[in-house]
Amino acid sequence: MSVISEKISPTDRVVTLFEQNREILNQGSSPILNRVREVSMKRFIQSGIPGFKNEDYKYTNLQPAFEKSYNQELVRESGLINLNEVFKCNLPELDSHLVFLVNGWFYSGNNPGAELPKGVVLGSLEQIANEKPELLQNYLNRQAGLSNDPFVALNTAFVKDGFFMFVPKGVAVEKPVQIVNLLSSEANLMVTQRNLVIAEAGSQVKILVCDHTLTTASFLFNSVTEVFVGDDAMVDAYTIQNHHNQSTTINSSFFKLQHNSNLVTGVVSLHGGLIRNNLKVTFSGEHGEANVNGLSFTDKKQHVDNYTLIEHSSPNCLSNQIYKNILDDESTGAFSGRIHVARDAQQTNAFQRNNNVLLSDKAKMQTKPQLIIDADDVKCSHGATVGQINEEALFFMRTRGIGEKDARMMLMNAFAHEVVQKISIETLRDRIDELIEKRLNGEVSRCHTCSYQCNC
Amino acid sequence: MLSIKNLRASVEGKEILKGINLEVKAGEVHAIMGPNGSGKSTLANILAGKDDYEILEGEVTFLGQDLLELSPEVRSRSGLFLGFQYPVEIPGVPMVNFLKASVNEHRKFKGLAPLTAGEFLKLMRSKKDMLHLDTELTNRSVNEGFSGGEKKKNEIFQMAMLEPKLAILDETDSGLDIDALRIVAEGVNALKSPENATVLVTHYQRLLDYIVPDFVHVLYNGRIVKTGGKELAFELEEKGYDWIKNGIEN
Repeated sequence: MSVISEKISPTDRVVTLFEQNREILNQGSSPILNRVREVSMKRFIQSGIPGFKNEDYKYTNLQPAFEKSYNQELVRESGLINLNEVFKCNLPELDSHLVFLVNGWFYSGNNPGAELPKGVVLGSLEQIANEKPELLQNYLNRQAGLSNDPFVALNTAFVKDGFFMFVPKGVAVEKPVQIVNLLSSEANLMVTQRNLVIAEAGSQVKILVCDHTLTTASFLFNSVTEVFVGDDAMVDAYTIQNHHNQSTTINSSFFKLQHNSNLVTGVVSLHGGLIRNNLKVTFSGEHGEANVNGLSFTDKKQHVDNYTLIEHSSPNCLSNQIYKNILDDESTGAFSGRIHVARDAQQTNAFQRNNNVLLSDKAKMQTKPQLIIDADDVKCSHGATVGQINEEALFFMRTRGIGEKDARMMLMNAFAHEVVQKISIETLRDRIDELIEKRLNGEVSRCHTCSYQCNC
Repeated sequence: MLSIKNLRASVEGKEILKGINLEVKAGEVHAIMGPNGSGKSTLANILAGKDDYEILEGEVTFLGQDLLELSPEVRSRSGLFLGFQYPVEIPGVPMVNFLKASVNEHRKFKGLAPLTAGEFLKLMRSKKDMLHLDTELTNRSVNEGFSGGEKKKNEIFQMAMLEPKLAILDETDSGLDIDALRIVAEGVNALKSPENATVLVTHYQRLLDYIVPDFVHVLYNGRIVKTGGKELAFELEEKGYDWIKNGIEN
């Protein structure tokens, strides 16, 4: 007797979704976005949703997330939410240019770009691609298009909107730009968001991205961000992930660094059911510097996977990676960090470290450093540790009168602090320290009670 | 203040303490001496609350309470202090935060309000002056990158901040040069009062040139085999531990 399975594979399900929505996807979008949809879909189909056999996704199984049914918001639903009512983000003391996106769509209701320096453009990717295509046509998909990652291809096939930022030559944006990505839906929702940041030569900008869920539906959030850092430019880009445990987040970031440019970037994963962060830095000019950091806290059955690739294509550049994870309960984590030093990239300095603390017997961490060095005059190092809380230190602190719980907290904070101190915005640094303390105390369990003070 | 009666303890099935008896009263300084492996550090750690040991028998009372029933933090808040032989490095925890948490826990236990930042810094400054410490130590993470001498000075500094009723100093003199030894000893002497007591655990008589004990106990093979005044320390220094060992074995 033979059994014929009628189950549709998650890959086919996504293909069907694309076929059914082809028209609506193309409608209203710029040709710049539309012309790459079909080819991207083909690229996605080639690999499909990766299974365990795919080396890049060995530790993160996204198949179950794609087996669920999701709605999509392929048309901007204007007036869905009055943001000023539901979300009063008063991150104390953080004086920022505040930007909201709801389900991947840029929200212009609060006039976010009003106080920006002259020449700086901050707005909806969809709108700017339509109205000023010359601003982005040389940048959009120039990094992401080279990626073999199926979810990046999927993002390019389904893209409708996201945020776009352009900082012209020599302009320094003093105040940080805070981008709040909200997910809000009664039914399960798949959200595709595409962001592009162009920092021209000699410019400076600091961007903070905060990911939130406002409702309890299952979300599948597939976000791609491309950042171009021009000659002598300085970009700081931080992401704080705080999605509830029924969410799946695939967050891919690409950074291209020109001559003498400087990048500081970090991802703090406070919460989220399943999080996969893909990060790629490419040095395409000499004397670039990239500081790349990650910090995650997981409990219950959460999973966080950081997958990084640093392409040292040019000589005399410096990259520094520190990734730390604190894992409790049955949570799992993965870190894969690849450093590739090209043949002519002499005098490269590339460092990588991954430190992990397991708080329970059932928590698991997989770590895989990978150095591929084709030049002969370089300084590279990598190291990984997986351990428990230092019992000697704990006892020492207790003999000074500090209670066990507080002592543990201080030790975990100390562990995390090395990453936090890399953040260049002081008020944000203090705030993240506080957030982490709350997270470790179990106070940030859902977005509804999150300490970002969204009064929702 | 502290009363130890017939204390027996083992680690991993091996009996280390085989019946310790010790009485310490307020205002007294006791020195516990003995060769390596005699159980000196084990005794100090058990009193501070380390849970690597199994208590087989005996009782310990501290200020009328059953000490062995208390957690390490409650022992500390009740007035017991252990100066570590090997103080632990805690990267990422700034000395100031650590001390402030510690001092305020002690105050809370006594029903006092926590110190404000200003009050705390003032207290810290006065204790530093008293011990002639340079200010640098408190700007760093707890013991991180400290030299052996700095770590020991830091222990005395913590003791000065917490003002314990009973201080047990485990090999505080080991690894110190003569200048550091003097600073540590002066600190201990400066903190001495009729209300508190000190137990010095030491291998060498050297420290006792600076801190004069009222009683000297010789610990050997898990038992206190000899007790005397400060002259016992000199006798030990002269004759060596073999004198004790032979005395017992014969």
